[in-house]
Amino acid sequence: MSTPPPPMPQTAAPDWQAAPGSPYPTYTSPIPVVRTHLGHALASEWTKIKSVRSTLWTLGVFALLVLGIGTLTGLIVSSSESDVGGESPLALGFFGLLLGTMCIITLGVLTTASEYGTGMIRTTMVACPSRGRVLLAKALVFFVLAFVVTLVCASLVGFLHVAMLEGNNAGDPSGEEWLKGTLGVSLYLALLGTLSLAIGSIIRHSAGAITIMIGAVLAPLVIALFMFSSSLQDVQQALFEYSIPNQMSIFYANSLSESGPSGWDPLWIMLVATAAALAGAFVLQERRDV
Amino acid sequence: MIEAVGLTKRYGDKTAVYNLSFQVRPGAVTGFLGPNGSGKSTTMRMILGLDNPSAGQVTIGGYPYRKLPNAPRQVGALLDAKAVHGGRSARSHLLSLAQLSGIPARRVDEVLGVVGLHEVAGRRSKGFSLGMGQRLGIAAALLGDPQVLLFDEPVNGLDPEGILWVRNLMKALAAEGRTVFVSSHLMSEMALTADHLIVIGRGQLLADMSVTDFISANSADFARVRTPDTEPQQREKLSAAITEAGGHVLPEQDGGLRVTGLPLPRISDIAHDADVRLWELSPHQASLEEAYMRMTQGAVDYRSTTDQKAGLQQPLPPGAQPPMPVPGQGQPGWYAPPPPQQGGQPFPAPQAVPVQAPAGPYGGAVPAPGAPAPNPYAQPAPQAPQAPPAPAPAAPPVPPTAPAADLTKPEDAR
Repeated sequence: MSTPPPPMPQTAAPDWQAAPGSPYPTYTSPIPVVRTHLGHALASEWTKIKSVRSTLWTLGVFALLVLGIGTLTGLIVSSSESDVGGESPLALGFFGLLLGTMCIITLGVLTTASEYGTGMIRTTMVACPSRGRVLLAKALVFFVLAFVVTLVCASLVGFLHVAMLEGNNAGDPSGEEWLKGTLGVSLYLALLGTLSLAIGSIIRHSAGAITIMIGAVLAPLVIALFMFSSSLQDVQQALFEYSIPNQMSIFYANSLSESGPSGWDPLWIMLVATAAALAGAFVLQERRDV
Repeated sequence: MIEAVGLTKRYGDKTAVYNLSFQVRPGAVTGFLGPNGSGKSTTMRMILGLDNPSAGQVTIGGYPYRKLPNAPRQVGALLDAKAVHGGRSARSHLLSLAQLSGIPARRVDEVLGVVGLHEVAGRRSKGFSLGMGQRLGIAAALLGDPQVLLFDEPVNGLDPEGILWVRNLMKALAAEGRTVFVSSHLMSEMALTADHLIVIGRGQLLADMSVTDFISANSADFARVRTPDTEPQQREKLSAAITEAGGHVLPEQDGGLRVTGLPLPRISDIAHDADVRLWELSPHQASLEEAYMRMTQGAVDYRSTTDQKAGLQQPLPPGAQPPMPVPGQGQPGWYAPPPPQQGGQPFPAPQAVPVQAPAGPYGGAVPAPGAPAPNPYAQPAPQAPQAPPAPAPAAPPVPPTAPAADLTKPEDAR
């Protein structure tokens, strides 16, 4: 491949003291020109995400929370010699993952918003004027990273709990329960993180976007807790059922209520929300000044 | 080749760039000058497709930046030395950019060597000094070995060795046939580096010409003529002859004459015809800095005022003279008149300059000094903090040595 000669405007320059040689000398780089595509952006984003410490810290704290809290709850239950009555031991993994969402949200927001905060985004956009490609690459790299890390942690905690709670009359989790407790919840968390990434790209401010996302996770549940009036009962019910912690608990079949989303529903809800936020981020990014 | 046509950018009701048209050609270093807030960086961002113009367009090689094929291989830019993630090492930063642009990874070490950062390549850029940050930004610009290069204030924070290096780098890049567009505040630096100048003020084009043309068009090149001190009537005679021939004469305090508007040989001829002996006939060319000051004085947005310390100072004892202010403090249009001696006559207004800048929307009428000129971008003039609000923002105390009548106040064409 060789450099296509840059098209030169034909307007004759008036009385310009031309540089020696041709009126418009050109420079051709010896480095071969490659037509860039999404793969290049993915490689670049992978380099970026692994070369900042915040990735290591947030994911490290995430693993610590999930594994640590999982181990602790397992120890408490197994040492109490109580009878869990044939329930799935996987449900104990919920608490660690619930706290871990904070780390995933933070990392998701930082992946986009920190570029705006540091000004790096301008360098990136100059290197790749296809803005959508950059955002897509960010979202994909982050999604895969968050999914893999969550899957590993959730699976480890699952095995741990099954082994620890053998003496407490815990049931043997079915294949579906395993699938939801590992794959399902990991996809859900990775999507939640990608939603945060899209919000980070829209808000372009790390602290603001993290606050919004933590509010989105906690506020519905907290508000619903204080809805004592009976006329608000339906609202309270909906807030409970569709709050993100409750949606997560559905993967462990211990929802707050019998009605509302069930099975794999939370995943589809989160998928739609993430897709909508990403679409908004794409549109805004195309239009806005960087 | 960068080409801007009618480029305009508005942020709300503030116009940052208005109707800017220029071309930046290959094979030369083009300097981009203007006071703070004149729209240089905004223009650079529009060239790079980061900001969308409100009107007009700017193209590189015929394409708007965001439609340019292989953009990072055709254009490299240093916009802002701080536009990196401080937590990332220099090498990782450049590697991510190389990967994004489809540039081989070994090129990263090459450019790190070029800018002299290979020894700190593994360090996080947060700990870099301003100069090291500039070098990293220059490395990023050179990464794609591009045909067009833009540098926004590249020598900020560099040591003298680094400044020399950047200067030679710019010239070498241009000599290879590349387009090099450099903004800077350092006039001495631009005088040495740039071949061509584009000057803007308040977002509008003030000049687009070669450096030498710019200096002679915007500075008071003058000839100093001295007649024998012993015969003052010869001086009068010569003054009259020169004025008659179309030159402008200004007496200097020590008996010399400043002549503008006539070439040196002509002055000599006139003196000879008038039968006047000359003791001195010497050319004086102003610096780029002076030319720039003269041109942009009406377009400066942020100007310091005299620190009056009103009400805070002890009253002067009767009869004491207030201290002489240092020239340049709080005086509009303080650009130094060519300085032969203290307390000399103020230098004439730019109408005495032989060639007026062709593209100067500010070069028009000269209203009374101190009169606030009508300004379409009317915004509260930034004032240095003062104890009492100054009654008239454009009327700082004019010290005795101030050039009294030579203020080309901004008079916008619209």
